[in-house]
Amino acid sequence: MLFFSLFKTLVDQEVTIELKNNLKLTGTIKSVDQFLNIKLDNISTPESHIDEDGDVVYLNNPHFAGLKNLFIRGSNIRYVHLKKSLVDCNLLQDAARRELSIEKREEK
Amino acid sequence: MSSLTLSNSSNNNVNDLVPLDLLRLNLDTKVIVKLRDCRELRGVLQAFDSHSNLVLSDCIETVYKLNENTDELEVLEKNESEMIFVRGDNVLVLTT
Repeated sequence: MLFFSLFKTLVDQEVTIELKNNLKLTGTIKSVDQFLNIKLDNISTPESHIDEDGDVVYLNNPHFAGLKNLFIRGSNIRYVHLKKSLVDCNLLQDAARRELSIEKREEK
Repeated sequence: MSSLTLSNSSNNNVNDLVPLDLLRLNLDTKVIVKLRDCRELRGVLQAFDSHSNLVLSDCIETVYKLNENTDELEVLEKNESEMIFVRGDNVLVLTT
């Protein structure tokens, strides 16, 4: 639930999501659920990206042309790039410790 | 630093430590994370959960490519990110 809570605090903030098919999407998080599925608004794709063979791939993918908002299935996400100013590191570290100790207690 | 004192007092026994405790002990320290698709991240561990979803700060991502002729790893790409969330299903190993 830690990262679900984190993403809930990032609603209405701009992030860049990198998918497992190497597509990068920048947009505003509109909503998020427990599977970390994310609804992104006002999306744009950065112009280019280098693939595994060293070729430049233009990522203004025609499939995404003209799309303004979309739902991303959480399992396809590789990274979410965040702005440091939006995240409280100390809070996050404490939350991670707390979450682990809760889980260990439940196991017993 | 304070991770040990914050933990359960019963954790003094090594047998009580679970593998995820190793992640907890590495919070706020620089770690190296190996990922699927020849990717590697170096950054400061800020958070993790039981799926090994991670958040790293001041992170450098390196994408490698295996050169099949020489069996050496070539650096394809280097990217920086001030704060990055990594979905756990990409993670292979985490080390310091």
